Amino acid sequence: MDIPYTVEVRRDTGLTNGKIGIWLFLASEVMLFGALFASYILIRTGAPVWPRGDTILNVPLATFNTLVLISSSVTMVMAWASLMRRRLGTFRIYMGVTILLGFVFLTVKYFEYSHKFEAGLFPSTNNFLAIYFTLTGLHMLHVFGGMCVNAYLLGPGSKLWETNPKWFTNRVENSGLFWHFVDLVWIFLFPTLYLL
Amino acid sequence: MSQPAAVAGHQTHAHEAHHEELGFVRKYVFSTDHKVIGIQYAVTALLFLFCGFSLMMLMRWQLAYPGAALPLLGRILGEARMPGGTMLPDFYNELGAMHGTIMVFLGVVPLAVGGFGNFVVPLQIGAPDMAFPRLNMASYWFLFLGGVTMLASFFVAGGAAQSGWTSYAPLAIIAPGQTMWLIGMIFLITSSLLGAVNFITTIIQLRAKGLTFMRFPFFVWAQLVTSFLLLLAFPPLEAAGVMQLMDRLAGTSFFLPSGLVVSGQVLNVAGGGNPILWQHLFWFLAHPEVYVLILPAMGIVAEIIANNTRKPLWGYRSMVYSVVFLGFMSFIVWAHHMFMTGMGTTMAAFFQTTTMIISIPSVVILTALVISLWGGSIRFNTPMLFAIGFLPMFGIGGLTGLPLAFNIADIPLHDTYYVIGHFHYVVAPGTIFALFAGIYYWYPKATGRKMNETLGKIHFAGSIVCMNVIFMPMFLIGLAGVSRRLFDGGASYAFAQPVLHLNVVSSWGAWILAIFQIPFIVNFFWSIRHGEQTGPNPWEATTIEWAAPSPPPHGNFLVAPEAHRGPYEYSVPGAGKDFLPQFEA
Repeated sequence: MDIPYTVEVRRDTGLTNGKIGIWLFLASEVMLFGALFASYILIRTGAPVWPRGDTILNVPLATFNTLVLISSSVTMVMAWASLMRRRLGTFRIYMGVTILLGFVFLTVKYFEYSHKFEAGLFPSTNNFLAIYFTLTGLHMLHVFGGMCVNAYLLGPGSKLWETNPKWFTNRVENSGLFWHFVDLVWIFLFPTLYLL
Repeated sequence: MSQPAAVAGHQTHAHEAHHEELGFVRKYVFSTDHKVIGIQYAVTALLFLFCGFSLMMLMRWQLAYPGAALPLLGRILGEARMPGGTMLPDFYNELGAMHGTIMVFLGVVPLAVGGFGNFVVPLQIGAPDMAFPRLNMASYWFLFLGGVTMLASFFVAGGAAQSGWTSYAPLAIIAPGQTMWLIGMIFLITSSLLGAVNFITTIIQLRAKGLTFMRFPFFVWAQLVTSFLLLLAFPPLEAAGVMQLMDRLAGTSFFLPSGLVVSGQVLNVAGGGNPILWQHLFWFLAHPEVYVLILPAMGIVAEIIANNTRKPLWGYRSMVYSVVFLGFMSFIVWAHHMFMTGMGTTMAAFFQTTTMIISIPSVVILTALVISLWGGSIRFNTPMLFAIGFLPMFGIGGLTGLPLAFNIADIPLHDTYYVIGHFHYVVAPGTIFALFAGIYYWYPKATGRKMNETLGKIHFAGSIVCMNVIFMPMFLIGLAGVSRRLFDGGASYAFAQPVLHLNVVSSWGAWILAIFQIPFIVNFFWSIRHGEQTGPNPWEATTIEWAAPSPPPHGNFLVAPEAHRGPYEYSVPGAGKDFLPQFEA
């Protein structure tokens, strides 16, 4: 028994199952981060004093990280585009670079975190740091999750290319949608936490 | 299990013969078949319903006879919880918090959405399975993990959560037992999210040919809206859960205000947090959750009423528009749970207005169901009895909610037993009756045999009487002003003395209700082997699930079904029989 519309689109909706699934999942992710941003606003507006982000956090490092993530989104699109042009080799290179850039992002974050801990700044220190560690921590988990999926598609998952290239391309596209979402969350996190 | 009429499908599904037979584990434990997963959900949920019910029966002892030693069972529960058979307040609080949590998140939702949704929805839309079978399996196992975590929390140091199923901060942050609850909840939320993605995709993509949205059975509509509620309302609670977990484990103060004094000492935290924030985030989930509890129930009742009155549902379109509107509105009524937080009259006025508005679609649906009975030649079988029982019970639950929706009227009633009576009428004799109706109705589809009617009728008669004996007195206790949180049921308060005897009535109602569940349990297991054997369509119903053999094989249908007409074409003038199935040309 095969599930229909895993590879081909359904005529009246124009979508595959996976595409709908990933968009629905992203909708729920918007609500997850939305709730955290809303909490941030509520706590900040209720606080008598609130530090400016750039007095505590490292803006140059975060700017670098923003560029890293945006570049990784570009390479992710290139990976998918290579598959559309039926070039598995180029796909491998771009996908590898995407994962690598994710890794760079996490490494920079690691140094940022450990620098804060050394300076005696913990989530329990004040609510600014509490929301900073919670939001960026959750975001890092998402980056890590996206990297795992991409690593699977680069490694064992790519066997699907031989038997069903279209299905494999769809999977890369859906994984890309998630990766762009993670990127987008950071685009909101960066000014909210570091600059405002 | 036999698979009758499998011969007809040999040609269309010839390729299935090449599939190798799955082993026991893949077939019944880690199965990806939506029917097996649905049954796994249902059985797990029924066990948890029984578990939550047992916790409540223990509480009812303490409420009826405060401080009295519980014979026999009190000893078994041990000195730490019930020294000498007398219940400790902390243990009472654990029972209360876990009764709510288990009943809502591990009982009713998994049965209504996981159980019936999984088993019935793909069949009703003529699909071979869910859109993502492996994701479906993962949803069930996340639920299982969440359930195990919740149950295990009774046996760790500090015991289970004690701060109510609402887990209000700051109490929940300083009370023991909450960490396990939060971890369990994160598993349950993940399970619901994966399930919701799967249901929506399945309903949109895997509809049979010709099954347009306005030809959906009402149950499918109810499940579709329910899935959207789960998808969009649960993540904020997940965020809140993460923050509360941070408050407990990392020492943050998201929900802890400055200068909080605990046992005479100022708590050593940074402070600056907002306890009301937790309530907002919690009710942002938990109000849509109320509709997650009730919508599938309405869907089940609609199916059964159409089938057993032998006429189309009255106002099908209005019902569909109502259920969609209701789903949308359920996101903007949450703060009517929070009138007592001092959020100001403007906010209160807004939320009481939206709450009044949301009652309109509920009333439309209930009215349409009642009018559907008019002029029908009703068959009073067990599923129909439970479905008819649902109508007035849900009606009482809904109408008693009106005083709570008004800011002014809510003030004296807030957090009294009146509230308990109100929402239990909605969920216990309301939703759970509908779920029983669904079990009796779709049991022949799952097993190929009907459940016993006599035992079913005893089950119904006993249950409806006992349910009212339990919950009707609570309105009186609540109107007398007794708080729902009291460990002794109000015995230490002078003003509560005139209504204390009602606690005893209510408790005996609960215990006798337990006895009346025995016919159901016996019936459930006995009928698997000894029930009356049935064909694919024992109720002469019109919707597509009845086109599949009973029980349906892997892949469900022998020939891919097509929808030729609306879902409830009963007693069509000029037709040869009193029902025209959707799946027959």
